[in-house]
Amino acid sequence: MRGGRRVWSTLALLVGAAVFLFPFYYMVVGSLQAKPDTSVRGAIPTGGLTLHNYADINSRVDLVQSLVNSGIFTGGVLVMTMLFGVLAGYALARLHFRGRGVLFAVMLLVQIVPFQLLIIPIYVLIVRTYGLADSYLGMIAPFAINSAAVFVFRQFFLQLPDDLFSAAALDGAGELRILWSVALPLVRPAMLTVLLITFIGPWNEFLWPFLVTKNQSLQPLAVTLANYISNIAGRATNPAGAILAGAVVLAAPAVALFVAFQKHFTGSELSSGVKG
Amino acid sequence: MRPVAERVLGKQPLGILFATPYAVFLAAVFAYPLGLAVWISFHDYFFAAPGAQVDRPFVGLANYADVLGDPAVQRSFVNVAEFLVINVPLTVVLSLVLATALNSVTRLRTFLRVSYYVPYVTASVALVAVWLFLFGKDGMVNGILGPLAPDPSWLVNSGLAMPVIALFVTWKQLGFSILLYLAALQNVSRDLYESAAVDGASRAKSFWNVTVPGVRSATTLVVILATITGANLFTEPYLLTNGGGPDGASASPVFVMYQKGIEQGHPDTAAAIGVLLVILVLLISLTSRKLLERD
Repeated sequence: MRGGRRVWSTLALLVGAAVFLFPFYYMVVGSLQAKPDTSVRGAIPTGGLTLHNYADINSRVDLVQSLVNSGIFTGGVLVMTMLFGVLAGYALARLHFRGRGVLFAVMLLVQIVPFQLLIIPIYVLIVRTYGLADSYLGMIAPFAINSAAVFVFRQFFLQLPDDLFSAAALDGAGELRILWSVALPLVRPAMLTVLLITFIGPWNEFLWPFLVTKNQSLQPLAVTLANYISNIAGRATNPAGAILAGAVVLAAPAVALFVAFQKHFTGSELSSGVKG
Repeated sequence: MRPVAERVLGKQPLGILFATPYAVFLAAVFAYPLGLAVWISFHDYFFAAPGAQVDRPFVGLANYADVLGDPAVQRSFVNVAEFLVINVPLTVVLSLVLATALNSVTRLRTFLRVSYYVPYVTASVALVAVWLFLFGKDGMVNGILGPLAPDPSWLVNSGLAMPVIALFVTWKQLGFSILLYLAALQNVSRDLYESAAVDGASRAKSFWNVTVPGVRSATTLVVILATITGANLFTEPYLLTNGGGPDGASASPVFVMYQKGIEQGHPDTAAAIGVLLVILVLLISLTSRKLLERD
């Protein structure tokens, strides 16, 4: 009886998964079709698959440069978050210092007040006051340290047993040494969780790099592709194919990273990142 | 008596050094801009050449009056309410049911989890590209519907544009709610299910009486996150419905902020929209926390 129910649950979940994955399948198939075929039969191609659309999108937008820009934007945020996020998470979890309570309260508020709502003052500051329009620095600055990542680090450091720290302190290890040789090696799984959640932020972000870069040679792929969709799609021979090819290139790195590290993408590790 | 340094800086002053880069970051891209947004919204603020000395007089609530009386802004707030009415119940029901089912299966669990999470990790721009073709006039959805296809088609139909965006976002974000519910389900005591079974409760009854109350704090979180997502909408109305179309029917407040503040050069009224949104999000977060966690 129980087993029968489980089979039905699995079947229902599989049908749901097929619905969820269908747009991804359609993205890949559409990117490989020579001629656009939006009929239902077109979803099951019987031949005529080609990589031509990838060459097409590459000739219309600078795909390589856009990928490099996405990489610099994402890489900059990853480095800053890994470095300063670990330090902040460790301090918030393990060290008693003046101002800890205030910092934590502000962190909680950051989770509720989203970045988009502050887009006007941030635009005024970065573009007008500091003159950082059309620069990688201006692109990275508002995203530099991912607060959800700081929460995840803090949560992992909190879960380490207290004895570990008092033992190391008794051995005469300083705070820096305890962090480096005792605490950090133990939170390595958190690094992968943080890598994943931090990566998808800047890699997928559209609004901010769209506002801050007018120079096409600096735009990350999400912006390049969105501009292509809204401006010049009409001129390509198979605009659908070229757009979908661009979408595959934009989606692939995040999906690949996620599939590789999905084990570290779990609620117990992440929910701390949203509720604190 | 503790030493002076300890009383002023705390027991482990190294913590200040560790936390300073992050604290400076939060001050620079969160606290200061939040204050600046409020300041701009109370002044006649416009973009000027860098370094130019310009007069920006205090105008009191004039920007707020402009914003609240503007039909485009009113429309965008109604649109976001429509978005929430569709998105919130759909997200809560679907993700709780799917999480419960995922929690009970043993086979293919990893594959199923990955399938439901993958839209969440993928760029909106890439996914919007696919939906543009699926829901286009000659797209596959209309192909399947045949004579039942709506006219005008989904994305250019003023009654359907916002529901399609709500559906898109529900699909894209559902994985994260499932993930939160899956974590919450691990904390619901097995004993409660067993005693419900002993009392002869049906499966549906124990879902309603044990599971639903057991994951209430996750429900609060899901509702708050949905509200934040709604307040944040930009990419979908910009790209999927071609600039909040048709005729503003799917314009979101952030999209109107972008139009007014950056395209038309009125950062003061745009900042007022931002401040109103911050207040609304905080109010809704507090209310849903109160309502859902009253006991």
